[in-house]
Amino acid sequence: MALLQIAEPGQSSLPHQHRLAVGIDLGTTNSLVASVRSGESTTLPDHDGRHLLPSVVRYVESGDAIVGSSAREFASSDAYNTIVSVKRLMGRGIKDVAAFGEVLPYEFEEDQGGMPFIKTVAGSKSPVEVSADILRVLVKRAEDTLQGELVGAVITVPAYFDDAQRQATKDAAILANIKVLRLLSEPTAAAVAYGLDQKDEGVILVYDLGGGTFDVSVLRLNKGVFEVLATGGDSALGGDDLDRALAEWLAIQADVTMTMTASLSRQLMEQAREAKEQLTSSDQAWVNLQLAGKEVSVTVSRSQFEELVSKLVDKTVRACKRVVRDAGIALDDVNDIVMVGGSTRVPLVRERVASLFGRPLHVDIDPDRVVAIGAAIQADVLAGNKPDSEMLLLDVIPLSLGLETMGGLVEKVIHRNTAIPVARAQEFTTYQDGQTAMAVHILQGERELVEDCRSLARFVLQGIPSMVAGAAKIRVTFQVDADGLLSVEAKELSTGVESSIQVKPSYGLSDTQIAEMLKASYSSAEEDKQKRLLREQKVDADRLIGALEQAMLTDGQALLTEGERSSLETEILVLKGVRNGSNAREIELGVEHLAKASDEFASRRMDLNIQRALQGHSIQEIEEIT
Amino acid sequence: MDIQQNYFAFLGLPESYDIDLKSLAARYHELQKTLHPDRFAHLSDREKRLSVQYTAYLNEAVTTLKSPLGRAQYLLNLHGIDTISEASVQLEPAFLFEQMALREDLEDIKALPSPEEALDQFLDKVVQQLATYQKLFAEYYALGDVESLDRAAAVIRKMQFMVKLQKEIELVESELD
Repeated sequence: MALLQIAEPGQSSLPHQHRLAVGIDLGTTNSLVASVRSGESTTLPDHDGRHLLPSVVRYVESGDAIVGSSAREFASSDAYNTIVSVKRLMGRGIKDVAAFGEVLPYEFEEDQGGMPFIKTVAGSKSPVEVSADILRVLVKRAEDTLQGELVGAVITVPAYFDDAQRQATKDAAILANIKVLRLLSEPTAAAVAYGLDQKDEGVILVYDLGGGTFDVSVLRLNKGVFEVLATGGDSALGGDDLDRALAEWLAIQADVTMTMTASLSRQLMEQAREAKEQLTSSDQAWVNLQLAGKEVSVTVSRSQFEELVSKLVDKTVRACKRVVRDAGIALDDVNDIVMVGGSTRVPLVRERVASLFGRPLHVDIDPDRVVAIGAAIQADVLAGNKPDSEMLLLDVIPLSLGLETMGGLVEKVIHRNTAIPVARAQEFTTYQDGQTAMAVHILQGERELVEDCRSLARFVLQGIPSMVAGAAKIRVTFQVDADGLLSVEAKELSTGVESSIQVKPSYGLSDTQIAEMLKASYSSAEEDKQKRLLREQKVDADRLIGALEQAMLTDGQALLTEGERSSLETEILVLKGVRNGSNAREIELGVEHLAKASDEFASRRMDLNIQRALQGHSIQEIEEIT
Repeated sequence: MDIQQNYFAFLGLPESYDIDLKSLAARYHELQKTLHPDRFAHLSDREKRLSVQYTAYLNEAVTTLKSPLGRAQYLLNLHGIDTISEASVQLEPAFLFEQMALREDLEDIKALPSPEEALDQFLDKVVQQLATYQKLFAEYYALGDVESLDRAAAVIRKMQFMVKLQKEIELVESELD
């Protein structure tokens, strides 16, 4: 075929080109970026050799964002402008933030959607923007180290992150201008980092005690396929709580009588964190506090610390038992236990977990870096660098999705721990004669009452024909993609009146807001934007052409008639012509056109692949049925 | 082959209530390896979207067939008996009384100072009852005549009650902390 010789230099479909992709752990306390280089996944350090980037952003008057340890130094002295642990605010409303049970040193401002914006000297910042500022630093670090443009990133999220939190994370990536190859759950990433996919089969439990969150997941591994069986934990419990327990004790020991200011509270927390770290290797830690000009020293022993945090650790152990039961297995069935998060260095934590399962734990990889390392391994696969990899990571939704029905009750449409992607439809009807509109309120959570679940979005299906109560049939379809992001569609079946929504969580940014922020973040002139747009469209066109040519080479002979083949070849040539022009819109239309023209071929390939996958042991059965 | 077809055929399994969960899992993994959106991450959006649809269908098929209740309802649906969306059902008074008594038991257990053990035992009892219903359903379904299928449908309605109760117990347990 002549067509295949037209491959152009720089085209993304060239077989041996290594595509640069990274794994990003966007953590509560620290963030990291990792990449697979010469076959090994490693985290990437900054110029000073530091791998961990503290997830702290300080905004200064010039409008600049300072990220990392130089921002953290100001956590106490410039607490209002220095945003710490922003991950806890992602996808949350101002009311949720108030319910955190602790005083945050920021001044919040609410937008119409109820999303908390933090007032800083550089203007109001949404949690999504703050996270985007962290992501930008990591991407810059990666591009400098790897010397090239990234094709995309795998960004990790806690397994229990709900739709609003995942959407907020993805929005942050969009703002930072990163293509998200996949939002991956942190425990799965950790299991991958340990190379457990090399084992034939087994059950893995991942214990992840992060800064602000605690997460347990049970995964089943079978010939390279990781399947999340169940997930649980506590989104309001983390290593910070161990620090807090110690900080409160320190305050009593040091006889702190002055009012608790933001900076005093930060000082106590930081000292507590340092003491906790010391106590992992020594039996005693010394703490020096600066209180109103005078220095106070306190000594804390490991056993004292263990007594303070024992209840919290027990809570995590109970959560492990519960998740194991949710997975439908026994404690003995767990083959591997992977420890993630800095606080799993605390000896008491390791002791309790090891004794629960009666097995040694996986602790060899730095628990702060293990998630990023695993994410990078998957990013390498998803970027197409490892076509022979058997590895596949299957995820579930952590919380049930449902709709509000009469009486403030929630009707669940998709239950928690359902494998994703998933699509499910449910039919509803009108409750009043002549009702012409229906409000659709989407919720996430396990409880029966609307007020106990998280409100994700609302929309109204209008134009229902006037009928008696109960006659209209409204089908609401929920679709959750592989990243755990939801879209909802409602349709009146007798008339086909449709309404759909890509669920933008109640506390998220609207598409318009994102577009505006993106616009504002481009320092470049209008002309540069056009260039950028053109480049993106060209990349899109190349990707489609490359994929299609590859597909035709493998399956074209078997699945297409001579006529179909030559017509597709012509279409490809047309798009190649358009692609070399300079009209972005024309290329976009060309891509849409070719994609549509090749749709049928794509479905046939999918079916062929299914047949191939089932071949060998099941042909007979298929024949019996059909 | 298309994604409108029968779940059993889609997965290459014989159409029966007694399925081999191991081969179901094996087919599931093989098809996931072929269809999952991650396999298309570096390809065009069109192919990704198609793969999301196929994988969603696969997940739905496997979730349905893996669940004893879901599988029973699905099989009867193939025979034109809808036990999923039926509005009101007739059940024997004796069964309803039994259900009421079970729910009262649950309330009593909830009121105990440390209900963990009693809850576990109660859950075991419910799970055992469910297993009995499953066996019963399989017998009626295998007979296949109209009358037996009706009986099978009646068993499903009872299973629904027990599954709901099971979920309630699990919810109570998860709220203990």
